Amino acid sequence: MATSSFSRGCFVFKPSAKKKKKKKTTVDLESYFTDGCEGAESSETRFKLCLDLWNKIKTETEDLQDELNRNILDSLLQFTRKCSSTRRHGNWASQMRASEIPTAALVLGVNVPDHDITFQSLSELLRCSVTPHVASLQAKECGALKHLMKRVLERLMDAVVDDEEEEEEKEEVQHSGAPLHKSVHCSLRALCDWYSSKTKKSSCSSSGKKRSSSAVDEHQQPPVVIIFKDLEAFNPKVLQDFILICSRYLDRLPLMFIFGIATSPSTVQRMLPHSVSSLLCIELFQSLSCTQHLTTVIDKLILTHSFPFKLNGKVMQVLVSIFLYHDFSVRNFIKGLQLALLEHFHSQPLSSLCCRKKEAQIQLQQLSAGDLDRIRQLPSFNRFLKEQDQQEQDNLQTDDTYLKEVCQKLLKGLHKYHKNYYPVLRCLHTLTSSLPRYPLGKQIRELHLICLEKNVWESEEYQSAMKLLKMLAKDELISLLQKCAEVLQPVKSKKMKNAFVQLEELLDKFKQLNAAAELAPSVEEKLTCPVKNLQKKTDLFQLQKTLLEMNESRRAKRMSPFEVLRNEAMEFVDGLVKNHLSPPESKPLYEVCYYSSSATVRRHLNATPRTSIQAALSSPYCYIQNDSLKSEDGSVSNAAPDICIAHKLHLECGRLINLYDWLEAYSTVVSAAEGNDPDPDGSGKMDEVKHARFIRAVSELEFLGFIKATKKKTDHVARLTWGGC
Amino acid sequence: MEGLLEHPGYDGEKLRRVSEQLPCREVQAGMLLSLMGEPQQYCYPSLFIYGHRASGKSHVVNVLMKELELPHVTVSCVECVSSALLFEQVLLSFFGCDAASLLPRSPSLSDFVRIYKQRTSEFPSKQTRYIVMEQAELLRDASVNLLPALLRLQELVEDNVSVILLSEIVWDKFRPNTGCFEPLLLHFPDYSKAELLQILSAGRNSSYSAEFYSSYINILLGVFYTVCRDLRELQHLAALNFSKFCEPVAEGKVKETETHKLWKNIEPHLKKAMQTVYLREVSSLQWEQMDEHETGALRGLSAHTHVELPYYSKFLLIAAYLASYNPARTDKRFFVKHHGKIKKTNFLKKNEKTSNHLLGPKPFPLDRLLAIFYSVVDSRVAPTASIFSQISSLVTLQLLTLVSHDDQLDSPKYKCAVSLDFISAISRTVNFDIVKYLYDFL
Repeated sequence: MATSSFSRGCFVFKPSAKKKKKKKTTVDLESYFTDGCEGAESSETRFKLCLDLWNKIKTETEDLQDELNRNILDSLLQFTRKCSSTRRHGNWASQMRASEIPTAALVLGVNVPDHDITFQSLSELLRCSVTPHVASLQAKECGALKHLMKRVLERLMDAVVDDEEEEEEKEEVQHSGAPLHKSVHCSLRALCDWYSSKTKKSSCSSSGKKRSSSAVDEHQQPPVVIIFKDLEAFNPKVLQDFILICSRYLDRLPLMFIFGIATSPSTVQRMLPHSVSSLLCIELFQSLSCTQHLTTVIDKLILTHSFPFKLNGKVMQVLVSIFLYHDFSVRNFIKGLQLALLEHFHSQPLSSLCCRKKEAQIQLQQLSAGDLDRIRQLPSFNRFLKEQDQQEQDNLQTDDTYLKEVCQKLLKGLHKYHKNYYPVLRCLHTLTSSLPRYPLGKQIRELHLICLEKNVWESEEYQSAMKLLKMLAKDELISLLQKCAEVLQPVKSKKMKNAFVQLEELLDKFKQLNAAAELAPSVEEKLTCPVKNLQKKTDLFQLQKTLLEMNESRRAKRMSPFEVLRNEAMEFVDGLVKNHLSPPESKPLYEVCYYSSSATVRRHLNATPRTSIQAALSSPYCYIQNDSLKSEDGSVSNAAPDICIAHKLHLECGRLINLYDWLEAYSTVVSAAEGNDPDPDGSGKMDEVKHARFIRAVSELEFLGFIKATKKKTDHVARLTWGGC
Repeated sequence: MEGLLEHPGYDGEKLRRVSEQLPCREVQAGMLLSLMGEPQQYCYPSLFIYGHRASGKSHVVNVLMKELELPHVTVSCVECVSSALLFEQVLLSFFGCDAASLLPRSPSLSDFVRIYKQRTSEFPSKQTRYIVMEQAELLRDASVNLLPALLRLQELVEDNVSVILLSEIVWDKFRPNTGCFEPLLLHFPDYSKAELLQILSAGRNSSYSAEFYSSYINILLGVFYTVCRDLRELQHLAALNFSKFCEPVAEGKVKETETHKLWKNIEPHLKKAMQTVYLREVSSLQWEQMDEHETGALRGLSAHTHVELPYYSKFLLIAAYLASYNPARTDKRFFVKHHGKIKKTNFLKKNEKTSNHLLGPKPFPLDRLLAIFYSVVDSRVAPTASIFSQISSLVTLQLLTLVSHDDQLDSPKYKCAVSLDFISAISRTVNFDIVKYLYDFL
């Protein structure tokens, strides 16, 4: 493909549809996966596992999304139904009222990438339950009113509408005489005609089928819904004109708008003047905030033992910070999770064990000798090995079947650890999430991150949280403990069941204490008697003395039964935490389940174009893996590509670079690389090839934005970056 | 009534019906009728009717055309994206669809005139044909020769046709540079308060007496007349609030004649309506439902101004705001650590004494935005692709606007499009004291 254009620029050639069809996907996904994969022998099973897990994640998130959107979509549907019904049953007031177009302003938040799914499910729901006539528009396809009209007509009538320009092209090709068919112009009049013919037809057919009369009435005039997906990006003038036109046809065409708003509803007023907004009957719908959405996603996908695949603290941190700092997009978060999943199964040969317990046992038996060696090399396994006695160590190092047996136990332990970890984490979160100043974080994901990093009970935050917990009032403490009991109750592991029983016992004791306290309010009296004494004395010194005594006695005072019980409860919680919330790194074989390469994830998801250009220019070895380019101490070898040499040389210059000096230096370096003397005949004449190569390198640097031409001196260029070597 | 229309050539009964439908516009209608003359007489080639919104321009013309059964076509200029649509509509309604299909693709004016002529020679008209153009001010943006041609269409097509232009703008703003045929001007003045009362009272609810309804309208006008004289709007408001007005009567607490009690009941409600439903802060549907539930605590559209943004987007927006409202010279003072003591007076130039906030945001290049961003944000940020994509997503959210042309990839320029309140709310969430960094508040 070519263009006749001489101007510099990018040209995009989209592959034509025919070509796409011809090209069959000869290389399927699996071979992509196995290509360049470490430990290729188990790649098939790993690929299958990876795919299974991803499908599970996908369906889970889709269900979640549907559930979260259900509320808002339901209210929207109700709104559309209500609008279409009030239009029909007009009383005096609605006749008198200026006819307004019912409009739903749907505030979705700034996470624009997530909106697509919402709108998709919305239009599907509308199609099946309210009206078949739904058109959704995006701003970028509606630059002018004409285009907007065209899109609306196309989407509603499901047909190609003639556009003047396109038709012209066709006519040129066909050379047909007078156009035989009557063209449909892009106007709402055409849409009205289409709509009336459509409704007439459908009412005829429905009466033929003898449906119940109410159903016929409901479906006789289904509203025409137009969805503006990204209201902010629309040209206000176009939108205003479109609304003005629509309002003229409202009596014949039951129109309805849905505005997708990313920022705040006041944008509607900013974009539309009063004369236009008075034609709309706007109702507001607010969707769930994206942080809440993320919390539920993390709850369902990450804080559960049902997914064997786990992220370690750093990867989790990267994904969460991309979400919070950059895009607020849940879809991107899940994409990141997918990437981590894929990378894990691709790069970790032992990931074939990352599946459910029973399957893992089977996989374990099928491990090859190479895989077993890999197990022996795992750092976590080595740590485990060192704790064993010498005999055991030797056995494990040499005996493969014994190793398999031990690994079986270790895997079981890992599963158990996960089963207990999450309920205890939730318990701790319920206890600490309401404390003042949130020492262990407001969100459960923060607590999870702390627990993944280190032993949480050794951290200062944990200590302060425990101190605060030990000061809780009775009612608060009891309600929190009850919540914990609710968390623990459904868990089906032995230890958690034990813990649940213990917690219930504690709660019972609290209740008994309540009853006992009602019977005997005795402690208070003892406290009040020194106060009575106090009133008698008037001497300042005596007063001080008694106050000090009182203080002392209070400190030494026996703790009330409630306080004892409270301490007992806290010790119980502390014990749970110490037993179950140790970081996964301490568990042998954790590498099987945990993906830990945060750098890879960051590089893929949060690309840094400038640093990669810098890296490519200053150390070309990392892209062109050629041994001759290898160099220490950051210097560039003289065999490097021209642009690298030119870049290196330009770093040594100041703000303005003399082109001729630069050329000289360049040619010296290059001739040294070729093994020649810099200037063999001493004429000072430049080799033409070198000259051309230099000019190309310079213009490439200019294209990359390192230098630019300057008007200050004609034979100089200006540097656009600071610093040097 | 003195305004009863009388004109030779038209049926008296029809004229009576016309005047019934046009209260308070008898003078204008009579004037229009006498300009139009008898149906078969030639009319003046073009009429220009102007007046404010909802002063009855379209209504008068449409009622005359419909009731007197004159051949006419009404075209809204908003709808005519291209002149082809205009031509098509005219031909379609005068000569049927076969005439319209004769039009070539993207027809020129002369195509239109040719086909029109051809058709009139076949079907000569016995009566004047009228082309009514609503929102005629948009014709100014159409091709240059369209308006002058329409003004003397009668001459061009040699037919008894007259063009009526309706607009909210005076004719002086229309006149093209090259000069054109001057249409006859006809002004529709605004309705007076008494006239509004008369018209609004006519649309009474049949289940209540006329006096009762007109007393309601009187109260309504008393509240709204100062802010709104738009008849359509007032009609809308009257319909929305009438049920509330009737409530005490329907419950039997108050008789229809006790105007004062009724007034006391409705006045606060109307005042509230003026702040909410009239401004479309609350939709009319919600307004009616609120009557039922009596919640009263309905938040309007503009109450929701809070926007959740990602962390770095907030700082980018703050940086953009600073770049827009601070002169570039002062950046050193704000963002370099050891800038020394520089007083504001050192910066002051004579013409810069006015507040930058009064002058509005100034454009700034991308480099400056990023430089301020890196010094404002508290942690080290890698210049990742997502930082740049956040800038463009801020542009699509209309929090920033791109000032330079889209094609200029090299150092694009932006403006910050948010208010001081908005940015201070944003900076409060990230614990950034923006006032300390603004030149105006130094």
